[in-house]
Amino acid sequence: MSTDVATPHLPGEDLVAPPPRQRLVVPGSRNAVVARTVRYALLIFFVLIVLMPLYVLVVTSFKSGREIGVNGQWNLPTEWTFASWTKAWTALGPSFVRTLQLAIPVALISSFIGAANGFVLSRWRFPGADVVFTLILFGMFIPYQAVMIPLREVVVWLGIPSGIPTLIFVHTIYGIPICTLIFRNYYATIVPVEIIEASKVDGAGLLRTFWSIILPISMPGFVVTIIWQFTSSWNDYLFAIFLSNTRNGPITIALNALAGAQSPDYAASMAGALITSLPTLLVYILLGRWFIGGLMAGSVKN
Amino acid sequence: MATNTQVPAEVRPPGGSQPGRTHRPGRMHWHSRLRQWGPGLLLLSPSLILLAIFVYGLIGWTINLSMQDRHTARPSKGFVGLDNYVNLFANDISDRFVHSLKNLAVFTVVFIGGTLLLGLLWAFLLERGAKAEGVFRTVYLFPMAVSFVASGVVWRWLMNAGTGENAGGINAIFEDLGLGFLENPWWTHPNWGMAAMAMPAIWQLSGYIMALFIAGFRGISHDLREAAYVDGATSYQLYRHVLFPQLTPTVLSALIITGHMSMKMFDLIMSVSGAQWITEVPAVYVWQTLLTSDYAKSAAISVFLLVVVALVIVPYLVHVNRAEKRS
Repeated sequence: MSTDVATPHLPGEDLVAPPPRQRLVVPGSRNAVVARTVRYALLIFFVLIVLMPLYVLVVTSFKSGREIGVNGQWNLPTEWTFASWTKAWTALGPSFVRTLQLAIPVALISSFIGAANGFVLSRWRFPGADVVFTLILFGMFIPYQAVMIPLREVVVWLGIPSGIPTLIFVHTIYGIPICTLIFRNYYATIVPVEIIEASKVDGAGLLRTFWSIILPISMPGFVVTIIWQFTSSWNDYLFAIFLSNTRNGPITIALNALAGAQSPDYAASMAGALITSLPTLLVYILLGRWFIGGLMAGSVKN
Repeated sequence: MATNTQVPAEVRPPGGSQPGRTHRPGRMHWHSRLRQWGPGLLLLSPSLILLAIFVYGLIGWTINLSMQDRHTARPSKGFVGLDNYVNLFANDISDRFVHSLKNLAVFTVVFIGGTLLLGLLWAFLLERGAKAEGVFRTVYLFPMAVSFVASGVVWRWLMNAGTGENAGGINAIFEDLGLGFLENPWWTHPNWGMAAMAMPAIWQLSGYIMALFIAGFRGISHDLREAAYVDGATSYQLYRHVLFPQLTPTVLSALIITGHMSMKMFDLIMSVSGAQWITEVPAVYVWQTLLTSDYAKSAAISVFLLVVVALVIVPYLVHVNRAEKRS
C-alpha cells in the first residue's frame, strides 16, 4: 500500500494540473500582444464586476445612518463606524453559535457515513451495487419540497427536539448521497483492488480492512466532504425555514429577519451578510483547493 | 467518456478506474456469498434504510397527500386522484401556478444561458494558463461560498428600482455614467423581472461552471492540440473544430447542474424580493401554500417540481452509469 497512496487523485485535481503549453501565435508578434492585452483586460474587467457586490457590502456596512441615502451610495464612508457591525452581531450572535453547533456535527457525521458507504460501493461490492448507488445518488438532486411536508411530521413523531437537533438530523441524512459519491470516486481512484484482495487473503474482514487500511488514507476525501457539508448546512435556508424559527434556527433565518423588513437598515443588513458569510469564506480562502474538489464531485461524473 | 476528462491514465490504479469486482463468476454456495457480500450490505444498510424512508418513503407520502382532499389543517376528506393537479392548471386563482411556471421559465433561460456563457468565457480566457491564474479563479469562484440569503441582501440593494433622480444601486452608476437609458426596474418589472432575478444567481454560479469547463479543457489530450498545431490550424480552427467539440460532456453536466438548481430556486428569491406575486416560482409557491395549511395543494406543486427535476436527472444518472460501465 505504499505506492499509489502517495498520489491521491481528487475530483477537481485537473484544475490544479499544469495548463497545456501552446504557442499557436508567435510570441512577440503584434497579434500576440493585442490578444494578450485583450485577454487580461477582460479578465480584470470581470474581476471588478464579480467583486462589486463585495465592495458594496463592506463599504455600506461601515457607513453611519446619515450616509445611507440616495446620494453617494457608491462612495467610501466619510466617517467609518462599527455601529452597524455591533447591531448586526447583537442580532445574529446567538444564531451564529447555533449554526456552528449545527454545521460541525453534520460535517463530521455525514462524512463518516459517506466514507463507509463509499468504501463498500467501490471496493467491497455486491451484485446490484451500481443500481443501489444510483438510487442513493437520486436523493441528492430531489427538490426537498417533495419531502418537506411529511418530514415535519416525522421529526416531531420521532421526538427530535425542534431547531438545531432536527436540522442536524435532516442535513446528515440528505448529505449521505453527496458524501457517498465523493468517497466512492475517491476510493475507486486511489485504492488498488489488489490491496483489498491481499487483505482478504490475510483473513481481514470488512471492518478490519476499512479501519486499518482505508481510513488512514482517507484524509483528503474527508477534507472535501467536511468542507462541503459544513458549507451547505451553514448556507442552508430551505430546511431552516421549514423546520426552525428565529429563536432556535440557524443564521440564515436570523439574517433574513434582520434584512427582510419592509424598510431594512441596509448598513446593519450588510454587516450581517458579511458576518453570515465569514465562516464559509474563510473555509474557501484557506482550503480553496478542496472546496473545488467538492464542487467537481457535484457534477457526478468523476 | 465519463472518465476520459477526469483521470489521467498514469494515475489510474492497476485494474482501471472502474470499481473492482470482489466477487468471482461461477457457482457459489449461498453462505459463502453471504460471507462475501453480507458485511458490505450490513455496513451500508443504515444509510439504505434512512434514504429508503426519508427520500423514497416521504416522496410516496407527499404523492399520496397530493391526491387527497385536504386543504386545511383537518384530516383529509377523501381521495381525489389527480384533481389537485388539474386544479393547478385549470382552477388556480389568477392562474397563479401558470404564472409561477412562466416566471420560472424566464429565470431558467436567463440563468442557464448566463452561467454557461460566462463560465465558458472565463474558462476560455484562463485555460491556457494566465499570469496569476489562481487569483482570477479564486475571485471568480468566491461567490459560490456565499449563501443566497447573504448575497440576496446586497443584490436587493444593487437592483434598486429607482431611476433618474431617485436612482440607487446599479441604476445610480448608469445615471452617473450618462447611461440613463439602461436604468430599469430590475426584478420589479412585471414581465421581465425574473431575468433580473437571475443576475445574482449568474454571479454566484458562473465560477462553478468555469471550474467545470477548465477541468474539461485540461482533460483534453495534449496530442490533439499538438496534432492541430502540426497541421497548421489557426487558433480559431483549433477551438472551433478540435477543442469545443470535446467539451460536449462538460456542457451536458453544466446544463444538468444549473437546470436542476434553477427548478429548485427558493433562497435567492425569498432573500431578494421575499414572497411576492411578481417573482413567485413554484418552490416559493409551495411554501406560501403551506403557510395557509393547504397541504394537498402544496404537495401537488412539490410533486410537480419533483417530476420535472426527475425528467432531467434520471436520464442523466442512467447515462453516467452506462458510460462508467463502458470505460
